[in-house]
Formats: sequence, structure tokens, C-alpha cells
Amino acid sequence: MSSRTLPLLFLGLGGEMLYILDQRLRAQSIPPDKARKVMNDIITTMFNKKFLEELFKPQELYSKKALRTVFDRLAHASIMRLNQASMDKLYDLMTMACKYQVLLCPRPKDLLLVSFNHMDAIKDLVKEAPPILSQVDDTYRQLIEIYTPLSSGEFQLIRQTLLIFFQDMHIRVSIFLKDKVQNSNGRFVLPTSGPVPHGTQVPSLIRLFRCNGEESRRFQFQSGGTYSSALRPGSLEMFGDRVIKLGTNMYSVSRPVETHMSGTSKNSAQNTKVNTTPNPLAKEELNMLARLMGGLEGQKPGSADSGFRVNLFATDEEEEEALMSRPDELSYGVLNIQATKVQPNPNPTDYRLTPDP
Amino acid sequence: LSKMYHKEKSLQIKNSASALYNNLSVLRIAPRSLTYFTVVHANTVSIVSASWDGLNTSHRQLQSKEPNVATSNSLIMQAAWCVLPSRDLLVLTSQKGIQMYESDGSIMVYWHALDTPETATAQAVFARGIAAVRENYICVGEASGGILVFDIPSKGGNITLSEVLEEHKESITDMASECSGSQECIADMVSADDTGTLCVWKSGEEFQLLNKITGFDMSCSSVKLWKGTVVAGYGTGQIRLYEAVTGILHAEVNAHARWIYSLDIAPFSGLLLSAAEDSFVRVWHLTMTPESNTVEISHMYNECVTDTQICGAKFCDGDGYAFGVTGYDLSEIIRYTQS
Repeated sequence: MSSRTLPLLFLGLGGEMLYILDQRLRAQSIPPDKARKVMNDIITTMFNKKFLEELFKPQELYSKKALRTVFDRLAHASIMRLNQASMDKLYDLMTMACKYQVLLCPRPKDLLLVSFNHMDAIKDLVKEAPPILSQVDDTYRQLIEIYTPLSSGEFQLIRQTLLIFFQDMHIRVSIFLKDKVQNSNGRFVLPTSGPVPHGTQVPSLIRLFRCNGEESRRFQFQSGGTYSSALRPGSLEMFGDRVIKLGTNMYSVSRPVETHMSGTSKNSAQNTKVNTTPNPLAKEELNMLARLMGGLEGQKPGSADSGFRVNLFATDEEEEEALMSRPDELSYGVLNIQATKVQPNPNPTDYRLTPDP
Repeated sequence: LSKMYHKEKSLQIKNSASALYNNLSVLRIAPRSLTYFTVVHANTVSIVSASWDGLNTSHRQLQSKEPNVATSNSLIMQAAWCVLPSRDLLVLTSQKGIQMYESDGSIMVYWHALDTPETATAQAVFARGIAAVRENYICVGEASGGILVFDIPSKGGNITLSEVLEEHKESITDMASECSGSQECIADMVSADDTGTLCVWKSGEEFQLLNKITGFDMSCSSVKLWKGTVVAGYGTGQIRLYEAVTGILHAEVNAHARWIYSLDIAPFSGLLLSAAEDSFVRVWHLTMTPESNTVEISHMYNECVTDTQICGAKFCDGDGYAFGVTGYDLSEIIRYTQS
């Protein structure tokens, strides 16, 4: 539908991935210099000039499969490794967080503010690395240039395109369940209270007019909700208060990141309806992946004793168990791209990770 | 104080509804005591037929023409039944073009391809906004702002493109024809776009623009035309009532806390149904007073569909005795009937 959707989706998913990895690296007490290297390597790859050029071209959204493959590659852009089960869980968390943000955006235009929240956090992560910082700044400028002129209707089209991408995904996320923003059936809570979006009035007033334009009468009706006036709009400049919290890091307080597979939902099979396997990737998708992997060429595979594995689960046993019990309909069908120039680390160090107490 | 409406048994659909404007269409077939419902999910359309005695339902699915499964470039924007004196047709509008089927979805009788560029451009390409007008026209809107007017014969597939109306500069969102059944109304159709501009038309061999009501830079996602009054729903959650031919504003309602996705009118009773992303469906009543040339709107009823962003709401009959509701990610059509 909208040909301007992909950059926002990519930055949203990428942003969430960085929040989660950051939390796991701290939780597993990975040495700060190694952690920083991983984050910098991933961000450098994400903001690779050629890759972003490809990303920002007007185009239809890529398939779920293609996007998952991109993030698989991104996650392995550095000395960190993830097993299949951890990568699956990482991607589940990323997508559900993004779905939540898109769904709960007060106005479609606020999608841009959500992207800026992600960008602000990324910028903060690389503030001590000038080359990457300038890539990030360039991206801000591009976002502002392309998106600020769009109308409310065009933003709604972007949002509708994203909602089709996220359709029928109801994976339960521990943090969302705890915060009561998600129900036990995997559906998000939509409050009928709180501030109305900027530009909207609190529902209650009916005004009637005479033919000459004068108001003749006004009366109120019960809306059934408890709304308050809109907050001020967030800033769409390079720096500024974004006001809305969607897209900010919800993992900054250290909380375990667990998911429950809701494979029993009859609609989870619908995930594959629009993109039925096994179809080859479209030309555009292959192009993008090639650009991405071009960006990876600069990364030298870590030397034998610098690589390590990150676990998205509390223990190795849990990770193994998750791999065995993942329902078929939730598999992402990741492709093995033969053309990769990045070889997996031939001597993966068995860097034993201490399980969470 | 009893509720005006109560919930009935939902109709299950095979796929969940996508977040698209006006994502529910209803066709009442009195001679067969059936009602058809249609809901769009990405590149498919689900048609459910439900017998009035509640005992039988049947399902059919239609796909957009040439669905491309690797990338999502043949998504359906809208599906709606067009009721003409001689026949009913089911119209599907997508990124590729316009498909017209016999009313039960059994046979495709016409296909019109949109001009899709080789490589994607910043401007989206799709058709959206469907209206059956007078005896023999079906009008369909485009993302470019154009409106295609099709001439429909009383039977068969010899459908032709009669003209293209180029008045809107932004994407068409919705269109509606005069639904009161009165022959006296001058205006036959209203079209709405992403800037909230409303165009009022008289049909004919050449459609005539009667009036253009400027928007206020906020998308009008759903529009109806009843007894010469335009009822428009906006992204701000507001509903406005205009006199079609003059553009005089009759009423303004701060109706919803989020983007309105669907409006419908029950022409015999003047009931108005509005539904939005805020989870609420609201029923209003419109009264016309020709002597003073005023139109009034009063609020009748609220229904909250918990944790659901509603994308479609339609009355099932001309009196507004019953209505159906669809929501994003919901695999059912929720039905309500007057108590």
C-alpha cells in the first residue's frame, strides 16, 4: 500500500532489537567493552549508507521472511552469536513491541515520533563514536525530509500497511502482561481513557448551526469513556521532547524477557496466508539483502577469544526446550542465503554464560 | 432503563479484518431471507451469508487478481456491494485495479486495471471508494484523486468506463450515493478525500460537479448522503453534517476520541451509525425540518467493543433494527439487534 512504510518498520524493529540486546548483555554481565563493540557494530551496519539508500527508496513492504532474514544478519553483524531459539524469541519480542507501538499511536502522524524515540536512543548509544553518529544524524535528516510533509491520511495509510504486516500476531510478552497492556489472550489493551490525540476534542459536544453560520444550540452526550484534553504535540526536530513514550526503552529496568507461545490461536496460521512458502524472494528484497551484506564486509569475524553467545532465556536448558516446543505455525522460515561473505566464527568460544539467579 | 441494542451471536469469518476504512459491507436479500456480509483481509475478501432464522451460514473467499505473494502489492482496499435497480454487483478495489463480481461472488464479470508504474513511486497507487449511483453507474475512486465512472448494463459483462472525474487532488477515501430513495434530491453522489474535501455530484452521461466543500487538512475517511445532507466522519473523530448543494454546515459533533473508520445511515429511520479506532460504535438520530431548513443530530446509544479498533460498522436493514461490526485482528462479525 504505502511505499513509505519500510524505513519506519526497519527502524522500529532495529530500535527494539537494540533495547533487548542491551538488556541481555547487561543481564549476562558481558564485559562493557565487548558489549559496546557489539552495539556499535550492529548500529554501524544498520546505518550503512548504501543499505539505507536502498531502504529509503519508495517500495512495497518486504515479506516477513525477508525482514526476518535481514535481522538475523544484523544480529550477527558482530562477535555475538545467538542460537535459533534465542533469535526466534528476540524477533518475537521486537515484532510485538512494534505492533504495540503502531496500534497505540494516538495519531498516525505520531508514528514518526515513535521512530524518533528509537533514533534518540540509538544516538545516545553511539554518542562517543563520531563516524556512526554522523550516519545517524544523516538518517534523522532524511526522515524529516521525507516524512514531515506527509498528510494525516498518508500516515494513516502507512499505519494501515504496518497493521497488515502485524496482523494476527498475538504472542504474549511477559513485560506487557505484567504492565497490563496486553491481555492473557495476547491482545493489547486499548484504554478508553486518557488524553485524546493532538487535534482531537474530547467526545461529548454536539453543536447545531443556523444557515447563517451562527450556533443555534449545543448539548453534550455521554461518551462512555473518561478522556482528557490532548497533550502538547511532540517535537519533530533533530532534538526535542517527543512527548509520547511509545518507542522508548521499556527494558531499562532490568526485567526478564519471557514470551509464551500462543500457538493455540487458530489465527496464528494466518501469518503465512499472504506470504506462502516456498517462494523465492522478490528482486527488491534480494537487492536489499545484498546491500546489507555489503555492509557486513567491513566487519572482521571476531578472533577466537572475543566471540560469545547471548541467550534470550534464563538458562541453556530453557533455550533448548524453547527450540523443541516452538509451534510450527510460528516458525519464521528463515532463508539461508548462500551469498553471504561473513563466515560464522570457526572456533566459537564456549563462553559459559551464568544463568540468571 | 433497557439498552437500545443487545449483542447477538457473532458470525465467524475465516480471516481477521484488516485495518481499512469502511471494512464491512452488507447486502440484504429479502426474497431468500438471507444477508450477505463481506470483510477484507489483506489480499482476500471473505463473504459470509447468514440466513435470517440464524440456522445457516455459508462462506466464500475471493482473492485479488494476480496476487503476488512475495511482496504485498496486490492488497485489497475495499469491498462493497453496489445495488442497482436491475442487478447487484460486488466490487473489489485493490492496488492493481477494480474487480466486479455477481452479487454472490461466484463469477467475475469485469476487470479494470489501474496504471501501475514499473517501479514504485512515492505516490501510492490503488482504488478506494465505491458507490452505486442512480440506475446504471458504479463510481470508484483512485489514490490519485480521480473518480472512475462505469456504465453498467442491466445484465452481462459489457461494462464500460464512461468518464473519469478529476476534481480531487488527493487520495479518494470514500464515496456515497443519495440513499433516501427520493427522486427529488438534486445531488446524487458525494466523494471525499484525504484532505477532507467533499465533492457533490449530479449523475448523467457527464457527471456535473454541484459543489465542492473544502476540507481542513484532515482526512475524511467515511461519508454518507441522505436527503441532501452530507454526513462526514474525520480522522480527528469529528462528524460534520453539511447541506450538500450549498455547503452550509448544519452540525458538528466531537463524536470519537480516535480516527473514525465507518459511517452508515438507515434511510427509513434516519439512524446514523459511527465507528472508530477508539473501540466505540455510536448510534445517532438525524431529524430534518424542511420548514426551517435545519438538520439536527442527537445521540442515542453507545457500544464499546473492548480492546478493538473498529474498522467497519453497517446497518443490516433500512430501519436500523440491526447492525454488524468488524474490528482489526477480529475474526468475527459482531452483531447487535434492537431490544
